[in-house]
Amino acid sequence: MTVPTRRRACIVGVGETRYARWGGITDASEHALALEAILNAVADAGLPVDRVDGLTSFAGDRNDAAFLAWDLGLPELRFANMVWMPGGGGGCAAVANAALAVESGQAEVVVAFRSLCQGQFHRFGQGPGARADREGAPRLRQAQTLLDAHLAYTLPFGMLNAPIAYALPMRRHMHLYGTTSAHMGHVAVTFRAHAARNPRAVMGQRPMTLADHQASPMIADPFRLFDCCLESDGACALVVATAERARDCRTRPVELLASAQGTVQGYGWGPFATVNIPDEHFASGGGTGVARRLWERAGLGPGAVDVAQIYDHFSGCVILSLEDFGFCARGEGGPYVASGVLAWPGGALPTNTHGGSLSEAYIHGLNHVVEGVRQLRGEATCQVDGAEVCLVTSAAGVPTSALLLGRQ
Amino acid sequence: MSTQRWFPDDLPTPAVSRDTLAWWQAAAEHRLLVQRCADCGHTRMPPGPVCPACRSFNRTWQEVSGRGSIYTYTVVHRAYVPSLVDKVPYVVIVVELEGSGGARLLSNLVDAEPHRLHVGMAVELVWEDVAPRLALPRFRPA
Repeated sequence: MTVPTRRRACIVGVGETRYARWGGITDASEHALALEAILNAVADAGLPVDRVDGLTSFAGDRNDAAFLAWDLGLPELRFANMVWMPGGGGGCAAVANAALAVESGQAEVVVAFRSLCQGQFHRFGQGPGARADREGAPRLRQAQTLLDAHLAYTLPFGMLNAPIAYALPMRRHMHLYGTTSAHMGHVAVTFRAHAARNPRAVMGQRPMTLADHQASPMIADPFRLFDCCLESDGACALVVATAERARDCRTRPVELLASAQGTVQGYGWGPFATVNIPDEHFASGGGTGVARRLWERAGLGPGAVDVAQIYDHFSGCVILSLEDFGFCARGEGGPYVASGVLAWPGGALPTNTHGGSLSEAYIHGLNHVVEGVRQLRGEATCQVDGAEVCLVTSAAGVPTSALLLGRQ
Repeated sequence: MSTQRWFPDDLPTPAVSRDTLAWWQAAAEHRLLVQRCADCGHTRMPPGPVCPACRSFNRTWQEVSGRGSIYTYTVVHRAYVPSLVDKVPYVVIVVELEGSGGARLLSNLVDAEPHRLHVGMAVELVWEDVAPRLALPRFRPA
């Protein structure tokens, strides 16, 4: 479908709440933070709140669009969408779906948001905990969802959380290609250095050296503590509108050059739920299909990217994503990141210039899209001079999504 | 039935659907199955209603020996269930099952020192009887 230029989707506003370590926000509910982030993004765009007529989110956000529309007194909710892909895979897709809504004319101003207070609910890293019926003898129980029935083949074996799940493709990558813990350490240390310039970053005041990384305790081999992302409280949001509507906004609109979402054949939910992934995809992030379609739609390739925001639930998963998206060949991601390419300033591909999920905050990667917008507006705390094209990716290891953003 | 136990009682228990129940019932009898398409012979795990290769709903089971090799692994150092505290570090493995048409199973390596672990390591099945009608397949070095 060719979209007329005046209807092309743009990101016209970004907003966020304060970010904190899990449990750090006690004076506002996760619900209130969702509303605050949405209102901040709309204010950034310079649009009246009454213009908002659509809401999108992902990862099973607890704040239903219909309630938020009621909270905000929206004159009419014309589009509401939740990405049907797991967790952090859906962040870019939530923005892409907002874009599809405005480009098709279903809605005019759609806000993509994510509010996540792990301190007020559950820390993902703690896993499901002990079985609920621990008083009786262990027994089979009825699966409530398709995911439940799949996790029957993982949880009882102590595969209890994401570090354990994603250690499996990472260990295989190390076995096949010689990737090392120090390679992963370069990723973590680089993003920490970027966070030092970002006043929003939870770990901005906590410098990290490669020696610190190597001394951090092992969680699930090969992932050490400093390979694992933060668990945070906070929310962020982005306003998506047509180019025509963007003329009413006070910000410089950022274009969506392309978006893609989904997964490759046989990948399923990724290694969290099944280890029967085709061999060619096991030691990857599962994002090669999304990458191919993204580059095809944009008519561009990795060489066009000035700055990247790569989902970093684990340092090693950044290596897998960079390979999936073609910045280096399969298996060369470790030496590629260790060459210093991700660093601002000076690296050829400055990446996670806000500090990422490893050092800014874990808002399921929607904060990576916010950072991409700031780069293309020239407002980032680690600003890449003259940045015109930014790649943003969502989580490796699950069905995923990506955006290619452009400066207008 | 063996009575050897490697893991505590309060790990999450398996959630079972109509499509996976027979697999768990066989496991309780110490038979390790993979699901096989009754039309094209493609094997798949976990069990599900339809064959992803030929879309047939006709399914059968294939019993496997439980011999296999480690495809990948991780050593878990944190006790995410409190009773695991004296079990860490424990080993989570992905096993490629011999004679299964390429099916893999996630499980644990027991009775082995973690430092011996490597991809390609030969393993064999050992059942852990968790309860009278619940057994879990674990693996030890072959």
